[in-house]
Amino acid sequence: MEERRINVVVNGEPKSVDVEPRLLLVHFLREVLGLTGTHIGCDTTNCGVCTVLFDGLPVKSCTMFAVMADGHEVTTVEGLGLPSELHPIQEGFREEHGLQCGFCTPGMMMASKALLDENPNPTEEDIRWALAGNLCRCTGYQNIVKSVLWAAEKLRSEAAMSR
Amino acid sequence: MYPSRFHYEAPRTLDEALDLLQAYGDEAKVLAGGQSLIPLIKLRFAAPAAIIDINNISGLDYHEEDSDGSLYVGALCRHRTLERSPLLRSKHPTMSATAPLISDPMVRSRGTLVGSLCHADPQGDWASVMLALGGEIIARSTGGERVIPVSQFVVGPFQNALQPGEIAVRARVPAPRGTRSGTYLKLERRVGDFATVGLAVALETSGGTINRAGLALTGVGPSNIQCTAAEQALAGKTLNASTIDQAARLAAEAAQPKTDVRGSAEFKRHVVYTFVTRALSNPQARAA
Amino acid sequence: MAQALDEIKIGGLGSSRKRVEDDRFLRGKGNYIDDFKLPGMVHMEILRSPLAHARITSIDTSKAWQIPGVHMVLTGDMAAQHNLAWMPTLSYDTQAVLATDKVRFQGQEIACVVADDPYIAKDGCEAIVVEYEPLPPIVNPYQAVAEGAPIIRDDKEGQTDNICYRWEVGDREGTERAFAQADLVSKLELHYPRSHPSPIECCGSIADYNSATAKLTVYMTTQAPHIIRAAVAIVAELPEHMIRIISPDIGGGFGNKVPVYPGYVCSILCSILLTRPVKWIEDKTGNLISTHYARDIYYKGELALRKDGKILAVRFHCDSDNGAFFSDAQPTKFKLGLIHSAFAAYDIPFGYMTAQGTYTNKAPGGVAYRCSFRVTEAMFFQERAIQAAAYDLGMDQAAFRRLNLVKSHQFPFRTPYGFLLDSGQYEKCLDVALNAIDYDDFLREKEEARAQGRRLGIGISTMTEPLGAGNSREYDILGIKMFDAAELRVHPSGKAILKIGSKTQGQGHETTFAQIVTHELGIPAADILVQHGDTDNTPFGMGTYASRSTPVAGAATAMVARKVRAKARKLAAHLLEVSEEDVEWELGRFHVRGAPNNGVSIQECAMAAYGNMPDGMEPGLENNAYYDPPNMTWPFAAYIVTVEVDPETGVWDVLRMVAVDDCGVRINPMIVEGQIMGGMTEAYAMANMQFITYDAEGNCVGSNYMDYLLPTAWETPGFELHEVVTPSPHHPIGAKGVGECAAVGGPAAFVNAVMDAIDDTGVRNIDMPLIPDRVWEALKYRRDISGAPPVKSDAD
Repeated sequence: MEERRINVVVNGEPKSVDVEPRLLLVHFLREVLGLTGTHIGCDTTNCGVCTVLFDGLPVKSCTMFAVMADGHEVTTVEGLGLPSELHPIQEGFREEHGLQCGFCTPGMMMASKALLDENPNPTEEDIRWALAGNLCRCTGYQNIVKSVLWAAEKLRSEAAMSR
Repeated sequence: MYPSRFHYEAPRTLDEALDLLQAYGDEAKVLAGGQSLIPLIKLRFAAPAAIIDINNISGLDYHEEDSDGSLYVGALCRHRTLERSPLLRSKHPTMSATAPLISDPMVRSRGTLVGSLCHADPQGDWASVMLALGGEIIARSTGGERVIPVSQFVVGPFQNALQPGEIAVRARVPAPRGTRSGTYLKLERRVGDFATVGLAVALETSGGTINRAGLALTGVGPSNIQCTAAEQALAGKTLNASTIDQAARLAAEAAQPKTDVRGSAEFKRHVVYTFVTRALSNPQARAA
Repeated sequence: MAQALDEIKIGGLGSSRKRVEDDRFLRGKGNYIDDFKLPGMVHMEILRSPLAHARITSIDTSKAWQIPGVHMVLTGDMAAQHNLAWMPTLSYDTQAVLATDKVRFQGQEIACVVADDPYIAKDGCEAIVVEYEPLPPIVNPYQAVAEGAPIIRDDKEGQTDNICYRWEVGDREGTERAFAQADLVSKLELHYPRSHPSPIECCGSIADYNSATAKLTVYMTTQAPHIIRAAVAIVAELPEHMIRIISPDIGGGFGNKVPVYPGYVCSILCSILLTRPVKWIEDKTGNLISTHYARDIYYKGELALRKDGKILAVRFHCDSDNGAFFSDAQPTKFKLGLIHSAFAAYDIPFGYMTAQGTYTNKAPGGVAYRCSFRVTEAMFFQERAIQAAAYDLGMDQAAFRRLNLVKSHQFPFRTPYGFLLDSGQYEKCLDVALNAIDYDDFLREKEEARAQGRRLGIGISTMTEPLGAGNSREYDILGIKMFDAAELRVHPSGKAILKIGSKTQGQGHETTFAQIVTHELGIPAADILVQHGDTDNTPFGMGTYASRSTPVAGAATAMVARKVRAKARKLAAHLLEVSEEDVEWELGRFHVRGAPNNGVSIQECAMAAYGNMPDGMEPGLENNAYYDPPNMTWPFAAYIVTVEVDPETGVWDVLRMVAVDDCGVRINPMIVEGQIMGGMTEAYAMANMQFITYDAEGNCVGSNYMDYLLPTAWETPGFELHEVVTPSPHHPIGAKGVGECAAVGGPAAFVNAVMDAIDDTGVRNIDMPLIPDRVWEALKYRRDISGAPPVKSDAD
């Protein structure tokens, strides 16, 4: 069985692991590294629950092979906040009831992170557009939009404080 | 969603990739963005013996104009880059309108324009855009490069004109004669869906006179359809109610839609007519 | 004097306290089925039938067995040796676990492979060779009863046709008499297309049979762990006390995770055979094509009307497509669920309903998809028929509704189909909604727009729903009455653990059930841990579906807290050295009557229960309660949607969406609103894009998320929510169910709005989904559009 050594920085930590080429990135994260916060929801690259940041950009980790991450950086929900302190996006989802079953939430928050990294002051429409690849069956999205707006405001005020 | 086994190659140079492709022959698939190929492999609809991942080859992720105004899009230029491109926004309105309508934000982070063209999905949006713009693909093999007009590149559903051993390294959009205008209208059941009907319009005008008109359709035929008759009818004319109506009728006639879950053939043909009318009446129009 | 407790501050009734569950979900630390890894665990994948109807002539598994890493290849014949090739359904039918004789729908389970990892298991499935002899497929109820139709269930002795039940409810003769007196009869035919609950997380299980202790532990995605334990005991013939069902965090259920599926049973059998943990995680296609669907009913109905708008009677018939096995998860007595709750919101003297269920070569089911057993189907037909009748009468649709809605003074109100509505303020809800949407202004705007060639429309849906199944006289599943239980332990320091038999899939039980206890005992919600989803450690409950958690398990929770409070009162009397009669309760505290400063807190009582109880009192402060609801709770809602239709493309955009829900007392308003918005989104989805259909060969269209469309944040409209509160008179805290109302009542509001936008065309109906081409076609040809959209292979 063919295996390849890959060197990936996951949530800031370098990892060096042998993997089969056919192993999907999402399975690498979940099964090899035990980072089960990244979920799997569909087989056809539609649902977005597996969204992670790949070199800072949002990607569907079910639609990359782990070998393609060799030499790259991946951030998952486990790398979003600190164990002791939630990231403002996480706080926003809690404050605005942006989650119910929680299954889409990690992917939804990672896509939101990508948006806010690029656009710290998004409109409701910007948020809805940026999350168009992440399906949620529980919330109806309205509270998710509010959650991201909440986070954006907090991040902006944090940035203003540190200036 | 558990792919079959395959050999994996990650060449660092284009020459290395071409050698590998030669060695594996048609057993191998070239992997760029992977947003069409990997889903097929996950579902085991495709099971290539080898994958040649070109993502580690530097110098393919670009889009730029040369001195004569031609636009080049490299094989690793992602939809996301095109979506945000100031160059496209200022000078390539049809492309600029299309990029945000490709699938969803995560897919656009990875997927590439050249890869989409190679995948040749009859419902792909970029092929219509390239047909409307008179675009070309530059293919390279160990023997050198050749230029293939997109009209000849997509030869059928999921079939392209690449020869064994060739890699599509970039797409080219020729410089416009006059000012470029245009848009891409897409009727989709939901954002990110394949087009029920897609229309690419690309006009090159001087003082109101159309030097060149490009019209192409997505989702209403076995492949993307170039509306040659409509294009010819517009060439040399100015846009008015009568020329717009004529072009819309000719485009609707060029469509070869089929009835399916997205809609009836008659409906799709009517939407082609409506879209052409709307796009020509307001070339800045965006789909709902 | 001690400060009175602020109930909202301590997280009691009416507090929008933040959710307890979120702490783990936000960190990616949820425990969903696929997140579990047990020592020695192996992985199972299922091979499914590509054909809808075919005889299996051979299955060759030899190549699969040869693949390194494969531990087991299980076929129906092997399962039959353990008497597990078939299993009973929740509707007293049988269902194949692994096909032995025929396949009866596309996606049916043929075999499964267990291997070191799921990739190898999938390799194994691919290596199995199955030969079929194709049979003609049946894909709708009319084909099923056509002359010469092949018998799908030839496995059932005595089955000579494809009918699985006939059922009637109501007063046939009275209804006929009323129709004879009608000035006008308004008729409507329509199809509610097949849909799928489609939680984002698919089904899965990890079966762990311990050969040393003979105990079977099954981790599984189930909304009803206790019922599943009973079912597994019956199916696998294992002793019930040696089965432990653990339902971990669930990534959405919506009814899809109530039934017993072949995958669960196979993982259990494989674990018993291999004596190691076997994990099965379903893929999306497997979920969409084989697990329980919903809807798929054809209706024909009519209303008898008086000229002045009064409805005299209603009658309708339903042809239900039940798929290959009659496996609805629903109360035994009701063959098409609570479909006869249709028209319950209106004061109609007479009603009669008939239904016929048929077998077809489609996935089995008829699950209560975000509804109380076919109530969605009932209310959709009701609200479509009401709008059509208003048009037929030439009456304003809001006025027609107001005239016929049950009035506040009429409660409790008996419907012609035998339900008893508990309470409501129906007209008030409608008025709040009409006011919120600026009804009269919109009608003017619509008229002005129409003059300019623009098409605006307004759709209303006023609905009620029987929630909280149910009283033990009428409701049972597999002979088990549909009550629920709660167990409450207050520890010496006054912190508490509540154990319930229901199971959250996102509704937030861990948050809201604590609030009920807080309301009853004054213990801060933060001091109460809610446990659920583990049959070894929670009392019996029928599970969470059909919006029954708050009405039944919530009531049990209030009742057990009251039992605990009764004991605490004795302890307080002891501590205060007065007689029990002289002790008064205020939230969180007892005091001596007439001496409010002389009191003890519930926490002090708790400590006394363990350290200072009166002589002869049993120590401890805990109890349990089983709650058998006297009636259903009946929430009411008025939903109004406005749309604009583009006549050239048939595309319709939602302009506004107003929801007025009366679900009685709201335990946690934030969570209630979340439920309503989620339900409304599913309503929008069904009206707009979400459906499953089959081509003539029985191929499922809608087998993945490219074809089965769920709305994203982009399309989903914004929602404007309002409330009216009519407490349920029989529920201990006045609450009613709410999780499903919007999904139940919402679809008709969207469809009615689009129909209203083309109300000058004479078109009576466009069946869902209202995709652009159907709206365009109806407009262009001024004709009704019926049935599911055509599938390509049919049209070619």
